[in-house]
This record gives sequence, C-alpha cells and structure tokens, in this order.
Amino acid sequence: MKAAGLSLKRRAPRGPGDRLARPVFLSCAVVTAAALVAVVGVLGVETVRFFGTVSPGRFLTEAAWTPFAEEPRFGVLPLLAATAQITVGAAVFAVPAGLMTAVYMEHYAGVRTERVLAGVTTMLAAVPTVILGYVALTFVTPVILRTLWPGTEAFNAMSACLAVGLMILPTVIVFTRSALRSVPRALMEAGLALGAGRGRVVARVLVPAALPGIVAAVFLATARAAGETMIVTLAAGNQTQLAWSPLEGLRTLTAFIAQSSLGDAPSGTVRYGAFFAVSAVLVAVTWGLHATGSFLISRTRAGDAG
Amino acid sequence: MSAVSAPRAEVPALAADDLTVRFGGRTALAGVTLEVPRGRVVSVIGPSGGGKTTLLRAFNRMNELVPGVTTTGTVRFNGVDLHGEEVDPVEVRRRIGMVFQQATLFPRSIFDNVVFGPRAGGHAGELQELAEEVLVAAGLWSEVAEDLDRPAMELSAGQQQRLCIARTLALKPEVLLLDEPTSALDPAATARIESLIHSLRRDHTIVLATHGRRQAARLSDFTAYLAGGELIEYGPTEALFTNPRDRRTESYLTGRIE
Repeated sequence: MKAAGLSLKRRAPRGPGDRLARPVFLSCAVVTAAALVAVVGVLGVETVRFFGTVSPGRFLTEAAWTPFAEEPRFGVLPLLAATAQITVGAAVFAVPAGLMTAVYMEHYAGVRTERVLAGVTTMLAAVPTVILGYVALTFVTPVILRTLWPGTEAFNAMSACLAVGLMILPTVIVFTRSALRSVPRALMEAGLALGAGRGRVVARVLVPAALPGIVAAVFLATARAAGETMIVTLAAGNQTQLAWSPLEGLRTLTAFIAQSSLGDAPSGTVRYGAFFAVSAVLVAVTWGLHATGSFLISRTRAGDAG
Repeated sequence: MSAVSAPRAEVPALAADDLTVRFGGRTALAGVTLEVPRGRVVSVIGPSGGGKTTLLRAFNRMNELVPGVTTTGTVRFNGVDLHGEEVDPVEVRRRIGMVFQQATLFPRSIFDNVVFGPRAGGHAGELQELAEEVLVAAGLWSEVAEDLDRPAMELSAGQQQRLCIARTLALKPEVLLLDEPTSALDPAATARIESLIHSLRRDHTIVLATHGRRQAARLSDFTAYLAGGELIEYGPTEALFTNPRDRRTESYLTGRIE
C-alpha cells in the first residue's frame, strides 16, 4: 500500500449528499419548530377572540359548562375537574403498581423474568388506546364494576381511570426503572453488608435515593393521562358535570375537544371559540406536567454528576 | 449457629479451605486455603484483579449477590461453615462487617447512616449513645458531634470513609473486612484511617485488602499475597516482607509486578 503522505488536503471531492446534508437536516428541524409555533398561534388567536366574548375570569371560575343552552355558560371548571379526576385516578392505580413492578424488575427478578416483564411492558405500551377504551367499556364496567357496584353507570370515571392507568403503567415502569438504575449499585451491597434485608434496603435507601426521578416519572405519566382522549371519550361518557362519584360519567377537557371536532360548532361562533380556549387549557396542563417531569429528571442527572 | 466443639482460642476466626470462586467463566479465586487468627490483622496484597476483593467478599457471603457466581470449598467462621444449611447470610454480615473501597454512604443524615445497621437488626438500646460510641471509636465524633443531622454526603472523602467504618462498627462485628479503605483517599486522610485501623485491632479481627505494600507492613501481623486468584504466599508480615519464599512475592514486593 502506498503511503498516504502527510498531506491533509481533501483527496476526494464531496458528493452532493455531503453538501446537502446540513440544509436538509436544518429544514426538518425548522419544520418541527414552525409546526409548534403554528399550533400555539392558532390556539392563541382563537382563544383571545373567544375571550372577547366570554371573560377569562368567568371562563376559569364559573362552575357550569353549557355551550348548547339558550343562555350558554362557559365555565371550564367541570371539564378541568373531570380531567383532574381521571388523571389522579389513573395515577392512584398506576403509580403504586408501576413503582412496585419497577422495583421487582430491578432488584428481585432473575434475568429471564426481567426480560419477560420488560417485553410485556413494551407490548402494553404498544396497545392502541382505542382498544383500552373498548375494554373499559365492554369489560371493566359490565363485568368488574357492575359486579362490585350494581348501580354503576354505563359510562363512568372509574373504568376510564383503570384503562388510563393501564395506559400510563409502562411510562411509570420505564422511568422508575431508569431512576432506580441511576442509584449506585454499591448502595444495595452496602445495605446488605450492614445486615439489612433486601426489602429494607430497597425501602429505606434505594427508593428514597431514586425519589426525584420517580416523582419525575409520575409527572411524565400524568401528563400523558391528562391528554388522553380516546379512552375517556369511550368509557367515561360525555356528561359535563361536577360528579364526584367515580361510578358516574363525566367529560374531560379532551372529550369535549373531541366532540367539538365532530363539527356541530360553526366557525366563528362562540362555541367554536370555546373549543380553542379549552384546548389552550389542556395544552397548558399537559405542558406544565411534562415540563415539571423533565425539569426533575434533568436535575436528577445534574445531581449525579455533582 | 451450631455448636463449636473445639476450644475457642485454637479455632481461627476465619478459615478458607480450597476456596474457589468463579464468576461465569472467570476464575477469581483458585483453591485458596488460609486461616485468619482471632484478634490479628491480616493484610491481603497483590495486583488488581488478583482476587483480594473476592476473598474478602467470600468471608461475609457477599459474592453470592453477583448473578452467575459459583463457590466451591469451604469458609469457616469460628469453626462454623458459612454455607451451612442453618446459616443466615444476614446474620453472617452482622458478625463480619465490611467496609468498601469507595465510601458508600446512603443519601441520608450522618446519624441515619451510623444507625442503619442497628435499626435493621432491631437494636433495643439507645441509638444516640451507640452512635456517639462508634463515632468516637472511628475518630469522627469531634468533627460531626454538632451536626449529626447533616447530609452524610457533605462530608469530605476521608470523613465519609471513617463514617463508613463507624457505621460498620455499630453492628458490633467480631471481624472487620476492609477492602482497600484508603485507595481513594489523600495521604492525610489515609494516615487517619491507618491509625484508626491500628486502634481497632484491639477488639477486632481485621482482614485488610490493600494496594499499599507499606500499609500492609505497617498495620498487619500476617500478610497474604494473592495473584491471579491464587494464594502465592502467606505468613507473618515481617517474614514475608524481609524474606519472601516465592520469587513472585519478591517481584511484587520489589515493585516489578504492579
């Protein structure tokens, strides 16, 4: 082989792919950013227009949402409360289950069990939410809930909570595992070397050490739950009410938006504007939850380094 | 634990007999036979990867926490087989305490770290007194007495390692396994730990894995030289250092093997 010599000059001309790479990648990035700006812009413009008719104060404080009444009222609280109910309900189910599954997979399961569970988690994450919604409607409510509480309505919050919980379970598991993994393995050994049982080391040392990451996992999961549409539309129904019984139906922010998109609100009407105002609230909620989760995760990582 | 028939004085605190430990396909210890006399300091020296840590971990059944490990041969503690049917590894680890190379404090307060072991063992007495006692013994009391509630992670590296020793002392172990406790420390902190080890020898049997040949010479009564998982030489520290029988030991001691 001939020596290449010491020259650092370019030996082969750059092909078009090489020259185009940067602008192509950049334009893709720009499209992503532009799409986000467009979404925020559309929401913003229509929301501001809506607030020209309905004051933001009334929108945020009034406890009735009756856009189709003769004297329509646009208080977002019932929708917001319904979203909160579904989100919290789903978390009540998914967080303990996900946390314990993650702890089991990280600290108890053998290699094979862990692999099976990881596969199951991935498959669960891949189930389309429309299917979870139908399972809630056609199985959870009639078979489980009605057996326990015969008076359960056909559309009810509880079945939606369970299905949404199932949907966010993989998120909780995956992020909790990664939080647990960021705790040095040596801490487990140190705990065992001090004559503690495995369960005690997990509960007193490892979970507390991973707590910021676990809390972040919960926020990321609840952001998904708050934005979930299909399951709540199918299983929780469309009754706008401040219903505190989980066995009754309710309507979340997302369910209202989904219903509005069916086209019964002509463009330019107040009802049309309401759709955007509710969307803006929803986006604010999910962004808030997501940003909190991301912030906590970034802080955990920074903490590791320092 | 089952009865010990032999007179206590003659039974070594720890005894490995033809001990072999494999991690998957890798042999970490190959047929090691050695006795640790009660109340003495035994140092284990040798190159990295020579089996020092594995030997220490065999003495309190820590190796079995690693998936895929196989152990053959026996380890006896006060004459009792550590792998006997009725032996509880948790109890083993309470009687044979271990301090790791890296300080492995829990992200909790100094106090919580010190009393972690006693709490786990359902300690009946006053935890505050116990904490003071072992912090004094570890030479840390005067530095932390005022702020036991401070996060342990805020201590200096040397203080952290002394806290790890205090935490292990709180178990009231008979044996201390110290796995290169000073390898991550500066000379000043190392000197403090060494004088601490020196003071602990009064009440404990100590096995000290160390990279420092001089540290072994300063602190121990007996020295074992481990390389490639084999026990090359074992004997009184002075004899081994001044007149090694094996050429490989001599090479290591004179610095020709790292």
